[in-house]
Amino acid sequence: MSVHRIMGIETEYGISAPNNPGINPTILCAAVVNAYSDFIFPNRQKPMRWDYYVESPFNDVRGYEIERELADPESWTDIDIGMPNLMLPNGARFYVDHAHPEYSGPEVTNPADAALWDLAGDRILNQAAQLASELTGTLITIYKNNTDGKGASYGTHENYQVARETPFDDFVKHLTPFFVTRNIWAGSGRVGLGQESRTSGFQISQRADFFEARVGLETTVNRPIINTRDEPHADPNKFRRLHVIVGDANMSPTITFLKMGATALVLSMIEDSAIDFEFNLADPVLEMQAVSRDSVFEHHLQLANGSEISAIAIQQVYLTAAQQYMANKPPDAMTEQVLDLWQKVLAALKNDLESLVGTVDWVTKKTVLDSYRLRDDLGWQDSKLKAIDLQYSDIRTEKGLAYLMQRNSKTPEFFAEPEIAHAIDNPPTDTRAYVRGKAVRNYGNSVVGASWESLIFQISPDEPLKRVGLPDARGYGAIETQELFAVPREPAQFISDFERHLKKQH
Amino acid sequence: MTEQNFESAKSNQNGADDGADSVITSQPKHVNVPDITGILDQIDAVLEKNSEEFVSGFVQKGGQ
Repeated sequence: MSVHRIMGIETEYGISAPNNPGINPTILCAAVVNAYSDFIFPNRQKPMRWDYYVESPFNDVRGYEIERELADPESWTDIDIGMPNLMLPNGARFYVDHAHPEYSGPEVTNPADAALWDLAGDRILNQAAQLASELTGTLITIYKNNTDGKGASYGTHENYQVARETPFDDFVKHLTPFFVTRNIWAGSGRVGLGQESRTSGFQISQRADFFEARVGLETTVNRPIINTRDEPHADPNKFRRLHVIVGDANMSPTITFLKMGATALVLSMIEDSAIDFEFNLADPVLEMQAVSRDSVFEHHLQLANGSEISAIAIQQVYLTAAQQYMANKPPDAMTEQVLDLWQKVLAALKNDLESLVGTVDWVTKKTVLDSYRLRDDLGWQDSKLKAIDLQYSDIRTEKGLAYLMQRNSKTPEFFAEPEIAHAIDNPPTDTRAYVRGKAVRNYGNSVVGASWESLIFQISPDEPLKRVGLPDARGYGAIETQELFAVPREPAQFISDFERHLKKQH
Repeated sequence: MTEQNFESAKSNQNGADDGADSVITSQPKHVNVPDITGILDQIDAVLEKNSEEFVSGFVQKGGQ
């Protein structure tokens, strides 16, 4: 294996109506999603619904199911409360999750595609917010961050398909130190210490202060570093979906690429039992916060055996192991790209932080913050610095400080504009997201429901619903479904041909 | 590029503990700042004018 596997990113965005702060955020989110729905499906009669038939948020990957009444009501994601819920022509899901607009990117097969369709999501949200602002007459702004600095946090989740046969404890053992230290390059930076920012200061990570457990099922309270939700969205006998809730939202597509790629490599090594070292951290939860507070790399993490080691050193050990692991494998260009980038970033963290401005989000953000502190003589409690922290993640291209810094950076853009435009309108071609996106694009008015593993069609209100299952994440791509989309068909003809096509495949 | 050193502003330690102060806090004594003077004008031009109001108005509900 390599950096290639089924993966995807879900982002809950911050949302605000700065001129009308009293508006219920759920209403704001609905306005944003509905505005985009009207834009891409102008003739739609009925709202699209999520198909909850296959959702099971209470399944624990460790092999048991917790009872609903014991679970936190916030985790009742399988209850449809009538909020807008879209599957997009690019295969993504765009919907209202509690009080946040959420974009769940399509299933992809590699970290470059994960970063590209994630960036497409930022553009889609930006356009949706603009449309909703025009429709409602109220400015609606969207932020790709993970905390309001006042105690609330919302997630950017990575998903990786992993082998069911690998003992889950192996993932816990080797991913925990990797995740605790990954923020030294993957963190997006934050002004404020503690969940409610009661202490002034800067830290590397948006999310670090919101993790309170090592392993667990929760995502909204008592958040664990390793999440155990077991909902493979694929054959449960072969696969798990590793649901990673510990990361920051990244404005830098380069870092999104590295984050997904390096993590995928570590997963491959775990599946192949290729890791012969172990960093048994004495207190991973505390260390995550300590690493986040150390922007000069003076901190050493305590191991259970009494020794200590720096975050960069731990990352270096994982990188070296990944390089050795790949040395015995057939060469793969994208894996090489991930390894090179990982190495360059770690080296620059030690010797040349300046070269990471415009790439590593927390370094970029801190450079802006430090420059203002110096010029205007500001303390960390100053609201101007908090405003810069927030506005770094503003997804409006003309307002977002991350974009401004990227434009001024000498590093070339990771993706060209035509690539991004393509990913806004088109699905990846090598997963089931292809057939989902194409069906939504060509027959959207007949798609009344969808999930990652299904599409539900209805031609007219008096006809029965037809549910088509898509259990294989790697199936139903452009090659497999070529004849299905080669010529335009009437919706009814498409659905019957689709069903026949799937029967033939199984 | 020139680098400028300065004493970092002293952290405001007056706030109540919200559970995070038990970990080691290592704020830098000196900070090397890449010179982005030329970019600061661009940032000034787009930065929200009333930062106090902007920051206090950004209130989110918790999510996942």
